[in-house]
Amino acid sequence: MRLSQEQDMSEFFTVSVLIATFASGVRLATPYLLAALGETLGQRSGVLNLGVDGVMLLSSFFAYWTVLESGSRLLGVIIGILVGLIMGAIYAVATLTFKADQGISGIGIFLFGLGFSELLFLEQVGTPRSIPSFRKTKIPLLGDIPHIGDILFNHTLIVYLAFALVPVIAWVMHKTTFGLNLRAVGETPSAADSVGISVNRVRAATILFGNAMAGLAGAALTIQLGTFQNNITNGMGFIAVALVYFGGWKASGVLAGSLLYGLVTAVITKWKTLGIVTGAAASLTTMAPAVLTVLALAVIARRTTSTPSALTLPFTRGD
Amino acid sequence: MVLLRKFHGIIIPLGAALAALSIGAIIIAILGANPFDGYWALLQGAFGDTDALSDTAVRAMPLLLVGVGICIAFRAEVINIGGEGQIVSGALLSTVTALYLPTLPPLVIIPLVLIAGLVGGGIWGAIPGALKAYLGVNEILSTIMLNIVAIQVMNYLLRAPLIDPIEIERGTRIPQTERLSENADLPVLIDGTRLHLGIIIALITALIAWVFLWRTTLGYRVRAVGHNPNAAKYAGIPVKRMTLLAMTYSGAMCGLAGAILVFGSQSHRLITDGSSLGFTGSAGFNGIVAALFGGLHPLWTIPSSLLFGGLLVGASAMQRAIQIPSALVIGLNGLVVVFVVCSTTIREKIQRKLTLQSEAETINHEAKSGAGHE
Repeated sequence: MRLSQEQDMSEFFTVSVLIATFASGVRLATPYLLAALGETLGQRSGVLNLGVDGVMLLSSFFAYWTVLESGSRLLGVIIGILVGLIMGAIYAVATLTFKADQGISGIGIFLFGLGFSELLFLEQVGTPRSIPSFRKTKIPLLGDIPHIGDILFNHTLIVYLAFALVPVIAWVMHKTTFGLNLRAVGETPSAADSVGISVNRVRAATILFGNAMAGLAGAALTIQLGTFQNNITNGMGFIAVALVYFGGWKASGVLAGSLLYGLVTAVITKWKTLGIVTGAAASLTTMAPAVLTVLALAVIARRTTSTPSALTLPFTRGD
Repeated sequence: MVLLRKFHGIIIPLGAALAALSIGAIIIAILGANPFDGYWALLQGAFGDTDALSDTAVRAMPLLLVGVGICIAFRAEVINIGGEGQIVSGALLSTVTALYLPTLPPLVIIPLVLIAGLVGGGIWGAIPGALKAYLGVNEILSTIMLNIVAIQVMNYLLRAPLIDPIEIERGTRIPQTERLSENADLPVLIDGTRLHLGIIIALITALIAWVFLWRTTLGYRVRAVGHNPNAAKYAGIPVKRMTLLAMTYSGAMCGLAGAILVFGSQSHRLITDGSSLGFTGSAGFNGIVAALFGGLHPLWTIPSSLLFGGLLVGASAMQRAIQIPSALVIGLNGLVVVFVVCSTTIREKIQRKLTLQSEAETINHEAKSGAGHE
């Protein structure tokens, strides 16, 4: 990697540039966080949804198209979530009713989303036109804290929503009956079944929720960018799935992983615009989080206790 | 992981394909075009004349190689979705080989670049294989991450150290290598077509994989591990080593596809569009579709990959004829995957019902004959 002159690097280490970079890191972490939080609940209940990327692509297109036609960002977000729910219903039927292999049907959903989002984009829109992006809402008082306020409390509503969901998801998983049920279903489905918990109903709920979150993530992605392009996610959905492992199936861990990815992306983009790294070297920096994730997976795999025991296993009574 | 049963028979995959095509027809109709015209153009474009057929064969080659690897991996219960990265790493190693040894005669350099492809892809498959076997890392996740790593390594190499010097001179900086040594060009089999040696190699590979799986002890062990890892362990089969072997084999097949994609291409160089899709045509994923469709049988994967290669080639003809983007076919491939994996359960249910019925009949029969004795 070629870090050219020193003065370039010093340009990066100024307060204003650093704050701007951290702030955009928080913003870029949002789609990862939304998708990964949804996936966390699913995996905790024993369902690995590998189709997240495909769902994000489809919902991203529909959200973009809605905003383009109606001008309403809220409507775009709602449509994005709806597309997620529909895809979730398909995935639930495939994996719960037909007990299809989760990993492979996820690949099917991914290809479906990849193909049809491109098809619909070329058919209905053709050349990319920009759509209005989310507006920033500064939180009173907190937003005025020097530096911190700019990094954390001067964002769009969807960013706040994503971060607010972290404690909510943690609370649902650990402090509610539903959370207890879903963890039971993910660990020992037969035991859960024997005390009257409907394994498939719990899993259907987490699948629908997870896909709705993937839909929201897709909508957030395209509206944040203010445009759409083919394969807009470029594998973000797959990374979101990996972040759940990375985060040890905990909402807080997922938050840390998402922030890491968001920050690395923000830093690379900044370095590129400042001319600190060349386009070629930026490719190497881009892969750093992926390498890190593989290493983290290897470490986490040793702590097998945290993996939901019934992950990817379909449930049949009497098994 | 659910044991992947063999999908015998032709009815289920054909049913899945028909269902997907029907949904495709509805979508084409909704988009305001005539689905029959579209599918006719697709068929003509894929299998209509010699040119179409040779294009289809060229397009089917990477699907077949990836698919053959998938047959072995999936049968050993390893879900390899790192095909994209393994294709890229095989392509990179073979490209570097050709760049450093351009003057070798064809008889030496062609086998050399193909072996380089095998090795490059094999290494990229062995990493997640070893991680799964010895550390218990989920191979789905590690292969996804290694896809990203391979693609970014390719982007880096093609933008800096391996870039065509002319691109720097001109200042255009298109991320591609120079035209690779002509000695390494894969010979064209029939003049005037694109049919090259790579297709024959892919066919031979499928045959070897079949022999490996059903005619060697090692292949038997790989299959045994997939059927029941615990039973295999008690039978003294080194399960971990089989997992590593299956993943490496699968990766090597993808890497070979990568090398053939480079040296059988019309530009005879490696080009990146920033992602892997431009170079591989998502063969790493579509090869999975072909293998599943072929019932995870290397020989059945031959017609299956020709079918999907044909669909991909024909899609461009369909796009020209009825202005429906060729991306439709990728979406339909996704549907085929979902339908095929769903239909295995249906088939098992029917089978279970049939065995229960015949058991009931036997019991009835025995009860009757028993009653007659008394």
